This record gives sequence, structure tokens and C-alpha cells, in this order.
Amino acid sequence: MKRVLLALLLIGAAPVRPVDGARLLAEDPAPLLSAYGLFADTAGRVPAPGLIRYTLNTPLFSDYAEKFRYVWMPAGTAAAYTEKGVLEFPIGTTIVKNFAYPADFRSPGVGVHLIETRLLVRKTSGWVPLSYVWNAAQTEAVLKRAGVRVAVAFTDAGGTARQIDYAVPNTNQCKQCHQQGDDVTPIGPTAGNLNGEFGGNGANQLVAWSAAGHLTGVPANPTKLARWDDPSTPVADRARAYLDVNCGHCHSRAGFASNSGLYLQHDEPDPAHQGIGKRPVAAGRGSGGLLFAIAPGDPDASILLHRMESDEPGVMMPQFGRTVPHAEGVALVRAYIAGMK
Amino acid sequence: MLKPVLLLAAALIAAPAMTRIIAVTPGADVQERLQTALIDAKPGDRVQLAAGRYVLTDGLSLDVANVTVAGAGPGKTILDFTGQKGEGEGLIVTSDNVLVRDLAVENAKGNGIKSKGSDGISFVNLRVEWTGGPKSTNGAYGVYPVSSKHVLIDKVFVKGASDAGIYVGQSQQIIVRNSRAEGNVAGIEIENSYNADVFDNIATGNTGGILVFDLPDLPQQGGHSIRLFHNAVTANNHPNFAGVGNIVASVPPGTGVMVMANRNVHVFDNDIKDNGGNAVVLAAYTQKFTDKSYNPLPRDIAVRGNRYAGNGAAPKFPGGAQIAAAVGGTLPPVMWDGITTFTVPGGAATTAANGIFVNDGPLLNLNLKTQGAPPTAARPEVSNVLAMATLPEPTKIILPAAQEARAKAK
Repeated sequence: MKRVLLALLLIGAAPVRPVDGARLLAEDPAPLLSAYGLFADTAGRVPAPGLIRYTLNTPLFSDYAEKFRYVWMPAGTAAAYTEKGVLEFPIGTTIVKNFAYPADFRSPGVGVHLIETRLLVRKTSGWVPLSYVWNAAQTEAVLKRAGVRVAVAFTDAGGTARQIDYAVPNTNQCKQCHQQGDDVTPIGPTAGNLNGEFGGNGANQLVAWSAAGHLTGVPANPTKLARWDDPSTPVADRARAYLDVNCGHCHSRAGFASNSGLYLQHDEPDPAHQGIGKRPVAAGRGSGGLLFAIAPGDPDASILLHRMESDEPGVMMPQFGRTVPHAEGVALVRAYIAGMK
Repeated sequence: MLKPVLLLAAALIAAPAMTRIIAVTPGADVQERLQTALIDAKPGDRVQLAAGRYVLTDGLSLDVANVTVAGAGPGKTILDFTGQKGEGEGLIVTSDNVLVRDLAVENAKGNGIKSKGSDGISFVNLRVEWTGGPKSTNGAYGVYPVSSKHVLIDKVFVKGASDAGIYVGQSQQIIVRNSRAEGNVAGIEIENSYNADVFDNIATGNTGGILVFDLPDLPQQGGHSIRLFHNAVTANNHPNFAGVGNIVASVPPGTGVMVMANRNVHVFDNDIKDNGGNAVVLAAYTQKFTDKSYNPLPRDIAVRGNRYAGNGAAPKFPGGAQIAAAVGGTLPPVMWDGITTFTVPGGAATTAANGIFVNDGPLLNLNLKTQGAPPTAARPEVSNVLAMATLPEPTKIILPAAQEARAKAK
């Protein structure tokens, strides 16, 4: 008895279950999130050993939800650096993203309520998206494939009470955003978007991951995506990074909105494809009676901004993934267009 | 001994593969139940929607190949998106060999039914309608295959679309037949598409009846090889209610058939009646463009053997009334802008032998000459026949036999 207690003390109190990599790779997804052992607690707050938490220079806006991002790779494996697109992750990799709201964004760590946990699991057949929705008691999350609406209330950073009809995406919606050509792929963890300080003030993530053996092949001058909210970076770089992350997964040559001819990668060279002076094709009433995606120097005449500002289905962009406009993102893109000659 | 074996083999071949039916009924939680059915479906399955009104709160999507989504009829199974809170379509299909049939989509916030990147997509016996009448806040397209291949639109009725009722974009191998487009801005629009047969349709009460367009800066352009025949294009005089900025917002009320840019488009054996403006108009893309691979001119266009009556008395396009007055009060059946030259920025001017083959005379030629010239530069001229229609017709579109057979079966 004493020996057991001692052993428990030595490994740090409670015995910790490892992540169940085999369950992640199984043909049928687990009905309950807890089956995978991705969290050491039942409330999804304490990541299991082996989960690497990361942040992005420029994240996707999701109705102001706070996101806690982790990646888990099977023991002894590592990701490989790629200059473009998402890092090359090994089979078995699972990307874990918790979507949560604090009761009051002025006290971000207090009363945090998890809404959903999204997984992307890299199977041999490709990446598989899954979404688990947390119960009210915050003790378990249940697989939801058809999506669901969740009423969310919080006080925003300005002290205003907000209510959001939060939409958990269905499996097809997951794929619409994550599909590039024939493949489903993660969007966030590119080298450029990870090439920044963890949380904005910690260690550089590419350096830290390399040092820990999680990442190989990082060159001397790795690519870097601008931080959308870093005032020391030129507005155009920040806005194009923002548009890349929030729109570019669909608005690319291999994405869901390929037929639009509007391609919002931060390094798209063609002005017309960037939207500059580009007329709408199939925008319908989404054009808002405006002539160009981007009218240089004239944000209010730009369809792109009009659709970012809208919360009306059929007009708003992205088409899903948010239900309210992102005021700060809108302000950034407004400044970008206003500054164009 | 041989005979029964052969018979058995024949029976086995003839027997259709077992179709699993996933039955869905209207009622509580229908959003989740129907979307779950569309996710759970396996190739070969049929999602069968019982009669009734399905009150939906979000768009629906299907991403499984070889699935049939069927209702009890366009007057009976109604997908009601009046309360739609998200998504740009009522139903979006992203998989191959899908058949959607025998149902209605009402009041979708964006498009009615869209397919993207689907090879083998059939829309059969459908109604897509915005029930509050024509409004600029109605969704853009009724049925909307885009970047798709082997497209069948058969017995589809669309009313109230603020852009095009039936819109086929950037697609290939297309049949639109037996359909009716009424009270939309554009009735039927084929855009940036290759190889289309549009026949036995009715386009009436729209702003423009049937449009064939090609636009620059898109992954698929250079639209070509399109036949419009045996359609009734009647009284398309509705005020244009499209959002400004969209290409169809420039379509004047009273337009019967309009071909803009494109190559090898044949318009024949149609009944084109009571359209106040141009029964048929052939025009270049009017806007500036930078896409070096784009040709803004209509080329190799044949207009022949159509029946015209009651068109051209009240043209609404800029200068139309004056032009009509100058030519005797009524526009002739076919108008061509007469543009033969265009310039891509950074390139030299290109003058094309346009190959406009019109034997439905007389032809009104505006002689605008250069792409981008304003209507005020028109020097209208009426000639009986520009050229005899000797242009070889594009080949008939034949869809895969299995696709046609599935569409014909109940």
C-alpha cells in the first residue's frame, strides 16, 4: 500500500492515462470525447501529456470564442516544415481545438464555459474532422455530426452584454472549409502562422518545437505570417494575413469558392484575383449594389467589406463559422482598403 | 440447361442494385434529422422525404456520391427556408452522381440548390420559389450547378430569383430541358460553360429570358458550343430587380435571348414573342478587363429559324427608343452591337472576324466597332441578312445513359 502511494506521488498524484492513439485512428469516431484521453480531467481544461499547446499569429474569427489549440503526435514522430500550406504532420496526428467563452471578457480566465471541441485526425486515408459538443455540466462532450445551435451569453471586452446563436458546424461544413482540391487539410498550423511567440509573448513556437523534437527541417529564415493585431506591422500585411486566414481557405484556386475568381491568399500576386477592381460573378444580392470586391480607397464601395459587415445569410461572408460581424477585423480591412491608391 | 443459366444471369444483370431507403418525415428536430440523413447516406442510398413542410433553420448539405434525394413531388415535399439563419444555400451538393428530385425549396436566403464540383448532377421535377414575389432581397439563383460536369436540369420550375432562375456556371456537358423560369431577373443563364443543350423550356415574365454569358478572371472561361432550341421565350418584360453590380443587373427588361461573348452558340427553332426589347441580342462584354486570355466578343453565332411575334416595340436599353424610332418604330428580331475589335491592356488591338451568322433578318447592327464604346457611339444600320447560317451545329449533348435512366425512373 505504501509503495503504491509512493509511486503515485512520484508520478505526480493521480495516474495519468495516455492519449489513446489507436482509438483516434479507429474507423468509427468515439461517441464521447473522453474516449480518446486527450484531456487529463473530465472538464477538458487540462491537456493530457503529449499535447502541445500553440497559438497562431492570425487566427480565424469564430464569434469571439476563445480557442485553446493543441496538437498531439504519436510518440517518436514529428512534423516536417513546409514553406507553403500546413506543416506535414505524421499519421495519427490529432489537432484539438476547444471553443469557449468566459462569462466576461474583461476577466478572461474566469467562468470559462466550453462549447465544443473540434478534432482533426490524420488517418492514413486523410484528415477527418469531428466536433464534440460539451454538456451544460461541463463533464463530457458528445459527437455531433449534423451541427447544432447553442445559445451563448457573455459580456464583451467593452462591457456590453452579448448573446450569440453560436453554430457548431456539421461534418460537411467542416469539409467545405478544410477541403483543398480532393483533400481535407488543417488550416491554422502553417509554418508562417506558427512563426511567432506562443501567446504573443512566449518562446518562438518554431524554435521551441524544433528544440523539443516536434518539428524538423526549419530553415534559417522560416516564412512568417503577419499578426493581424500587431500595430507595428504595416496595415496591408496585417489585413492580407487576416483575409488569408478568415477567407483564403475557401477563396483559393483549390478551395470551395474557386469559382468566384477571388483568391485571398496573403501572397496572391494578381490584383484582380485579390479583388481589386473585380466585379462580382455570382454574388447575387451579396453584392449589396456595389460594383467591386475592393474599390481602392473606398471601403464603403467594396463588396468584400460589405459582406464582412453583414450578419445576414446569403450576404455575409464567411457563409458560416460566425453569426456576428468581427468589428476589429472589419476595422482592419476597412483601413487596408482606405489606404489603397 | 444452358437456357435457365442465361436467364438467371440476365435477371441478375437487370436487377437494380439494392437501394437502401433513408426515410425522413417533417416535424420536430427536422434540421438535425434531415442533415444527419444526408451525412449518414452511403453511395447508392435514397433519402426519401415524405410529403409535408420541412421548416429548416440552416442550409443543408450533401457530400456523399451516388445518392438520390427525393420528395413526394414539388407541390408536396417543401423545404421551407424562410427561417434560415445561416449558410448561402438551401441545399449544397458537393459529391458526384447525385439526383435531387420531386421536391420544392422555398425562400432560401441565398441560392436554392447548388452543386459545386459535382460530376453527374441531376435536378429533376423541382420547384424553387421565393414566395413573396420578385424582390432584390430574394436569393440569387434557383438551381445553381457550378464547376460541375454532366449536368441535367429537367422539369424544374423557378420563380423569383434575384439573379437567374436556372443558372449553370463554369460547367461542362449540360442539358436544360422541360423547365420553366418565371419572374426571375434572368430566366435561364448559361455562363462560362462548355457544351450545353437548352431546349423545350419556357422562359416568361423574367427581365431577360435566356442568357449565354462569358466573363473574365474565372477558372473556366471561353464559353462555347451551346445550342438554344425549341424554347418558348415569351414576354420577358419584368423590371430588373437584381442588385446593382451583378452582370444581370445590366440586362434591360424586354430581352428575349442574349448572347454575350462566347463562341459557337446556335439559337434556332425557338418561339420568341412579346418581349418589349430585343428578341435576340448579340453583344460584347462591355466592361474593362485585364485578363489576357479573355475574348469579350461573341464569335461563331448562328441565329436561324426562330419564330418571332410582338417583340421590339418598347426597348428599355439606353438609346433603345431612339433606335427603334429610327428604324420604323419596332426593333428587328436580332440586334448585334457590331463590335469587332478589342484590346487587352498591355496588348495590341485584336480585330476578329466575328462569324455572326444571322438569317432571321432583318438584323440591326449598331456598328459600335470597338469593345467598350458607349451606346451613344452607335450608328444603327438595318440589313436583311448578314450571312446565311452555314455554321455547323455543335454536337448534341448526350449524358451518361445511367444518369438519364436514373432521372427517368421514379
